[in-house]
Amino acid sequence: MVLYPAYEMIRTSFMNIDETGTSHGFTGLSNYRTLIHNPNLISVLERTVIWTITVVAVTVLISLPIAQILHAKFPGRRLVRYALIVPWAASVVMTSTSWLWILNGYYGILNRILLGLGLIQDQIQFLGSQIQSFAWLIVVAVFVSVPFTTYVILAGLTTIGEDILEASTVDGASGWQRYKNIIFPLLRPALLIGMVINLINVFNSFPIIWVMTTGGPGYSTDTTTTLAYKISFRNADMGQSAAMATINFGIILIFILFFLKVSRWREST
Amino acid sequence: MTTILVKKKKRRKITGRKVSLTISGWVIGLIFLGPYVEMMITSVKSKSEILSIPTTYLPQHWTWSNYITIWKQLPLAQYLRTSIVVSLSATLLVLLLAVPAAYYVGRNKFRGRSGFLLLVLVTQMFSPTSLVIGIFREVIKFHLVNTWMALILVYAAFNMAFSIWILSSFFASIPIEIEEAAWIDGASRLQALLRVILPIALPGLITAFIFTFISAWNEFVIALTIESSPAHQPLTVGLESLIGQYQVQWQYLFAGSLIAIVPVVILFALIEKWLVSGLTAGSVK
Repeated sequence: MVLYPAYEMIRTSFMNIDETGTSHGFTGLSNYRTLIHNPNLISVLERTVIWTITVVAVTVLISLPIAQILHAKFPGRRLVRYALIVPWAASVVMTSTSWLWILNGYYGILNRILLGLGLIQDQIQFLGSQIQSFAWLIVVAVFVSVPFTTYVILAGLTTIGEDILEASTVDGASGWQRYKNIIFPLLRPALLIGMVINLINVFNSFPIIWVMTTGGPGYSTDTTTTLAYKISFRNADMGQSAAMATINFGIILIFILFFLKVSRWREST
Repeated sequence: MTTILVKKKKRRKITGRKVSLTISGWVIGLIFLGPYVEMMITSVKSKSEILSIPTTYLPQHWTWSNYITIWKQLPLAQYLRTSIVVSLSATLLVLLLAVPAAYYVGRNKFRGRSGFLLLVLVTQMFSPTSLVIGIFREVIKFHLVNTWMALILVYAAFNMAFSIWILSSFFASIPIEIEEAAWIDGASRLQALLRVILPIALPGLITAFIFTFISAWNEFVIALTIESSPAHQPLTVGLESLIGQYQVQWQYLFAGSLIAIVPVVILFALIEKWLVSGLTAGSVK
């Protein structure tokens, strides 16, 4: 069930398939050739890399302190943990829709708040330009990725025994030193798993972009995942889209292998 | 004298820390809840109020009737039924197959066990989104377009690896002696698994159950692609049809979304205390 579609997809990428889905046999590399001549391909590829790296990096940087806070005891911690669960449990499609409404240039609450605080004079079209749209897409992607990542780090924190922390306190290590030299290295396995799963999810992420900008205007906020979908179900070119998806799979594979190599996965497991 | 001073200083430092901790904790909570609160507020605004400038923070008239209208306007009960049937069936299928597989992996130290985690990652990489075209063609081939079965099989297949992973680390953490004691008492291997091991591994089972259920419940791309008849569309796809229309009817969209979100949030909140231990077992092993 998992491997067959992968096989079918790679096979399709070498076939000529018309709009009705009927196959006209194999065409060799022609789908890949068409794809390479797509003028948007290079910018989409670049954007995909920026998208994946930025979202994952920012997510981890935000999740680390949040996990630290939620690991400590304070009144209402349980409720805050519940609140953090909501974006994780809720459908990404619906969360993206909510953000779309919050960022609405005329009726959105964010404009209202900023106007009310006197921070802006006129309403801002948050999703009006390509750069701004893309930045907001990243914000939303981070928003939905942080809860899972935080929980993975929390799980990592609970495996570090209190005795280790106490011992280091007795040794007179300061808070930051303790974090850098003792907690952080012990968090590595959890952090690695969190990052790899995030890499895969963010790279394959479809609903956020699809709901908020459909990759537009034009192709200006597309990643390879949404581009593949566009080619197959808008341009009705299954073969070419399968080629895109196959390349896509190659990229994520390289991403993961590179990441595992850099982080020396084996040594830590 | 000095000791007393040091103690006092230390205590004050802790309280100051506690206050800032509490404040930052609550701010984080509010940020992550924000979009859903806004969803809730918008869902009870009237149509004219939604399209008024300046935007109101709270509804002037709490239009709870939006919830009744959406229920009548869209085949919401139908979407809800599809979502429940598909997610539940896929989850049960996963557990049925994952428990024996995970038990084997967790109990037997065969070669390449560490490679198992990598295998899980590879199947994770085969996310349904990236394989949507392959899945679409597979579903056509097996004549499963517009059936619940298609979604059930796809969701079960793509959640299997993760469940096996979580469960196997739970099984591995249960001392073999407990099981051996049951065997000595005359229980068969299967009986020991069902009566002794599964109850102990309950947190793992619950974690696997909830993860699969939620990912099936929230899946969008596959359902969007292979289910074109409303009778077989889940909530995620059905509700998004409100966006495609000329003007988005935000109040109905959000009322419907909340109907979909609330049950899974409650489910998730119920297992919150197992969540950390479930993930811990997964990340340590």
